[in-house]
Amino acid sequence: MRRMIIVLLAVALSVSLPGLASAQGTLRIGMTASDIPYTGGQTDNGFEGFRFVGYQIYESLIAWDLTRGDRLAPLVPGLAESWEVRKDAPTKWVFKLRKGVTFHDGSPFNADAVIFSFESIKKKDSPHFDTYGSGQVGFRIASVIGVSKVDDHTVEFETNKPTSFVPYQLCYMLIVSPTQWQKFKDWRKFAEQPSGTGPFRVTKFVPRERLELEANKTYWDVKRRPKIDKLVLLPMPEPTTRLAALRSGQVDWIEVPPPDAIPQLKSAGFTITLNSYPHNWTHTLRLDKEPWNNKLVRKAANYAIDRVGICKNLLNDTCIPATGVVYPGHPWFGKPKETYSYNPAKAKELLRQAGFDASKHPAKAVHLISTSGSGQMLPLAMNELIQKNLKDVGIDVDLQPVEWNTLLTRWRAGFKTPENEGLNAWNISWNFLEPWSGFGRFFHSKSVVPVAVNTMPYINPDADKLIDEAERTFDINKQNEVLARLHEIIVDDAPWIFVVHDQNPRALSPKVKGFVQPQSWFVDLTSVTVR
Amino acid sequence: MWVYVGRRLLLAIPTLLGASIIVFAMVHLAPGDPIAAVMPAESSKAEIEATKRAYGFDKPLAVQYLVWLGRVATGDLGRSIATRRPVILDVRDALANSLVLALSSSLLAFVLGVGLGLLAAFRQGRVLDKVASGMAVVGVSVPHYWAGIILIIVFSVQLNWLPAMGAANDPGIVPYLRHIALPTIALALIPLGVITRVVRSAALDILNQEFVLALRAKGLAARRVFTHVVKNSAPQILTVLGLQFGFQLGGSVLVESVFSWPGTGYLLNLAIFQRDIPVLQGVILVLATFFVLLNLAVDLLQTLVDPRIVRH
Repeated sequence: MRRMIIVLLAVALSVSLPGLASAQGTLRIGMTASDIPYTGGQTDNGFEGFRFVGYQIYESLIAWDLTRGDRLAPLVPGLAESWEVRKDAPTKWVFKLRKGVTFHDGSPFNADAVIFSFESIKKKDSPHFDTYGSGQVGFRIASVIGVSKVDDHTVEFETNKPTSFVPYQLCYMLIVSPTQWQKFKDWRKFAEQPSGTGPFRVTKFVPRERLELEANKTYWDVKRRPKIDKLVLLPMPEPTTRLAALRSGQVDWIEVPPPDAIPQLKSAGFTITLNSYPHNWTHTLRLDKEPWNNKLVRKAANYAIDRVGICKNLLNDTCIPATGVVYPGHPWFGKPKETYSYNPAKAKELLRQAGFDASKHPAKAVHLISTSGSGQMLPLAMNELIQKNLKDVGIDVDLQPVEWNTLLTRWRAGFKTPENEGLNAWNISWNFLEPWSGFGRFFHSKSVVPVAVNTMPYINPDADKLIDEAERTFDINKQNEVLARLHEIIVDDAPWIFVVHDQNPRALSPKVKGFVQPQSWFVDLTSVTVR
Repeated sequence: MWVYVGRRLLLAIPTLLGASIIVFAMVHLAPGDPIAAVMPAESSKAEIEATKRAYGFDKPLAVQYLVWLGRVATGDLGRSIATRRPVILDVRDALANSLVLALSSSLLAFVLGVGLGLLAAFRQGRVLDKVASGMAVVGVSVPHYWAGIILIIVFSVQLNWLPAMGAANDPGIVPYLRHIALPTIALALIPLGVITRVVRSAALDILNQEFVLALRAKGLAARRVFTHVVKNSAPQILTVLGLQFGFQLGGSVLVESVFSWPGTGYLLNLAIFQRDIPVLQGVILVLATFFVLLNLAVDLLQTLVDPRIVRH
């Protein structure tokens, strides 16, 4: 018996010895996705899919410059060297393509590849139409209706109306290799051996477990050739799993560590990176029913929220207070009249002016919230605090928590369904990467459900005019000015309770160097070194 | 005997049909749907409806079910909505991983449980008995997913000895064992407790019988007496071992999710949250088939071991 115990102990010890150090320059990332994002081009899992799979394997004609953290990431030439809208026909955009770029399979990038990729998203009757990928990004490039070849390195896109938002749409169209697709004639098989032009290429694909990529040594942009040899992506939807994997050395980088763990991670030598990016966490209010149909009540609610307290005490400084759709310093912020601070006295006064009274005419609302979800941060704890803040000034909010997918499904249907009739708001976080996501889909009268997602509904002719004007303004600086004016109006109307902007916390092992966290949903992994 | 087997197999068909109908209905009763779950959050209702039509999810539920059933009858479990891989491949890989985990944890629980149980019986009332019985109570009472989290904190995060999650990626037996060690221990806790207690009471039963007294009176060495006791309590112990192995196969959703062990439990959990109906249906169907066959095998084995049990 004793001998057996010794043998068992010896086996246990040999098993528990740490494995050999991983190869030089391997970056292993624990993602929040529950699965490996779709690798067959037009990726899924929202912007996390674009972040780690889409923009690493593939590229778009127009790319994001993610090399700096001190400004909002701008759009820059990607696979296209330049583009312009035709003066004689404002619905036609001419793109000059980059020469000498090859796909991972060795075939050349050219106009045919652009047309092939476009057809896989937009041309339902083409043999290479990708139903799934089309569902993922088709709506992001809604205005673009056609593309034609001018020569091998020039294409012309056509839009359904004159719109300056085209670059903001085409940055999501990832260019796939037609040659590689022809080998399989099947998107699922293509997804297992994908081929793009990006800085990383896929070497191993284990469904639901891991995706391994290696540096593309022949990447066309010499400055952006990856410094690491290998990139490994692991889906880890559970925050505690990600934390344990990071602390036990199984990964070098995790997305969204639990806020409670941040002080402990810092003291253990891990780096926490933070930066503003186009994200807001709000309550979208129902504007055709009491109490939120009254602007004074909406302003009262916005003055009732202790945003600094939420960020400091609850989220360990992983967010900043939100006083509008976008954050101060963003080109669209402008100079809103109202700056929503924590001012319960003012909130009470506004509520009194609106005719509400705790005993005779109390303000009551039912808000649908989620229990978790992408970008939702800590919805339960945050909403309990908000509920208390609102209660303190005399607004009684009943919180109804549901699962994330349920919330999204009910939100898309709008307030006017039997199921949602009793609701007064929903709590969903948004991105505002481009004018459509930030404003058009929510605040234009033409976007009322089911066309798009103006669920409130927010109807303001002035806002409509500015959104339309921004779309017609092709000079980006002038367009930003128009959007800033629009933002000032929306902040004053307060159709939302603005709460916080997430700061996109990530935890990196001390071995990881050279990462710059941009003001973006996406990241540049080419500058990163490990050890 | 063969008539009995045939009848049992025929009875399995309505069981499996029932299971698949219940799963199908439950998934559709829950709010949210498979297409909405894989579409970007920003997409509108109109866009989602268009994609639904493309996938055939706009058809009435009964039609969807019958289409699925028709394909299953020809051996096609369909494709995952999330990964678009054939479901059969996902289920096959996951089942293999779950089987290995069930085997390793059962083995650990059997060896330790039988050992501790016998030790406790032969040292009844003494310190060793109290320790072994105490461990058994802890094993049965502690939620195994909680124990899993504690194991991760101690062995992965604090001591840095073993990986916290996933299956091994590097080839070789050592990485494999390193990855499976913690989930094995977590999953072995409950059967360990059960087996220890059953073995202890079975052995005590035999120990109190007169023939043991006679053996001792005859002057037989303690070691030989021990052999007699073990042999006589074997049938009872074997029954509980079989039962526990069955539980191990089905009971690992929580442990697999805590350790991200890519087995059927983990897959099931993923499929539920992604509303990946084809995968969900496939896993349930395969697991249900497995249980039906396992039950049949256990029944037949009992007949073989104990001729007094006759199956008609």
